[in-house]
Amino acid sequence: MRAVPDVAVWGRLTLVQMRRVGVDSLPVALFIAAFTGVVLALQASYTFAGTVPLYFVGTLVGKTMMLELGPVLAGLALAGRVGASMAAELGTMKVTEQVDALETLAYDPQSFLVLPRVLAGTTMFPVIVALAILAGITTGWLASLALLHLSTQEFLKGLKLFYRFKDTWFGLFKSATFGCTITLVGCVVGLGTRGGAEGVGRSTTQAVVYSAVLLLVLDAFWALVLLQ
Amino acid sequence: MIAFQDLHKAFDGHVVLDGFTLEVKDGETTVIIGYSGTGKSVALKHVVGLLQPDTGDVIVDGRAVSTLERAALLALRREIGFVFQFAALFDSMSVFDNVALGLRRRELSDDELATRVREALALVDLTGAEAKYPAELSGGMRKRVGIARAIALRPRYILYDEPTTGLDPVTAAVIDQLMVRTREHLGVTGVVVTHDMRSAYTVGDRIAMLYEGRVRQVGTVAEIQDTPDPVVRQFIEGRPA
Repeated sequence: MRAVPDVAVWGRLTLVQMRRVGVDSLPVALFIAAFTGVVLALQASYTFAGTVPLYFVGTLVGKTMMLELGPVLAGLALAGRVGASMAAELGTMKVTEQVDALETLAYDPQSFLVLPRVLAGTTMFPVIVALAILAGITTGWLASLALLHLSTQEFLKGLKLFYRFKDTWFGLFKSATFGCTITLVGCVVGLGTRGGAEGVGRSTTQAVVYSAVLLLVLDAFWALVLLQ
Repeated sequence: MIAFQDLHKAFDGHVVLDGFTLEVKDGETTVIIGYSGTGKSVALKHVVGLLQPDTGDVIVDGRAVSTLERAALLALRREIGFVFQFAALFDSMSVFDNVALGLRRRELSDDELATRVREALALVDLTGAEAKYPAELSGGMRKRVGIARAIALRPRYILYDEPTTGLDPVTAAVIDQLMVRTREHLGVTGVVVTHDMRSAYTVGDRIAMLYEGRVRQVGTVAEIQDTPDPVVRQFIEGRPA
């Protein structure tokens, strides 16, 4: 918290990190979401065949992408990409005394390194997840048209059937907490690095494992909250 | 003045400093010599509060470093330049930005800042290298950028951690000349940690040998060269045990 008043330092750096976390992570998140949308549509039709009307494919694709797979799959992918990258970068800075150098130049590493990354993760993850959800639903719709011979009207009917606005904001809010967790873990583990290259490697692995575990625990927690 | 007062520091039960006491007089360059792993760099890091002593303290101009609040510690650090063993340059920044980083914490206009950076780079003979990145520099150039980053702050004190380690003899001599030039031009007080005796004799006004966690002997270059102490003599002559 002591870093918060130091806006002159973290303000500009946050914009740089938002670009790195947001824009650079978008391709992998969209790629995963696009294929997930297709698979969801196909598996839903397999499950529903003969028992449930096929327009429920739209319901399943929409609900699942918004509430669960959009945030969680993008989160897990970005835990690997963003969390690992932050742990490796800060770990290398730590073992090469760059963090000490920052301190001797009268900078607080919390405001120079940690806060910009955590803020960028917290604000950009919902944006990435929103686009990933959109990509997943779009590919689910296209797969339904091309492979399940469902019409656009039928898909949209299913999509709207049990839709609540809460589905959207809850999924995005959840992804903000994932972004905060992943970047915080990456920074904390990175700055705690000891030793040389081996230490950096260990920190990178730890960051991914801890982030993934925490993300799944947090996901279960939010599922409980959703039911309240 | 910097005074190391009965400094004790251990890591995981391993005692590194065991009553280290030394005074660094204003305007002088004091060299701390000693075997690898004897705590020379550890002692230096206590001066800027990068490490906290177990007991004892470092006093800088009457301020006990370990007791300073965060704001006072940052103010102290603005008076001290630190040259790291491997330069510790920021890989993602150009030479200009590396040197300018500490200055950005001060109330300087862009023109003043650029002038200060260019002056510092000129002093270390790196005019024209502003746009290069650390990965494009040789080891000697990186050390010189590290020195430029420290002197750009116009500090009262400069701490050098193994400034010539890993350099060829000619480049090491260039760094030695730079340290002497820095003291002569800027009048800063210096503390140099090294086990390079040629460097110690060139830059030091006084030399202190750190041995088994405390000062074994302190004296002028001539006094160290003529020492009867067998431990100091063995070290400065580089004789195996």
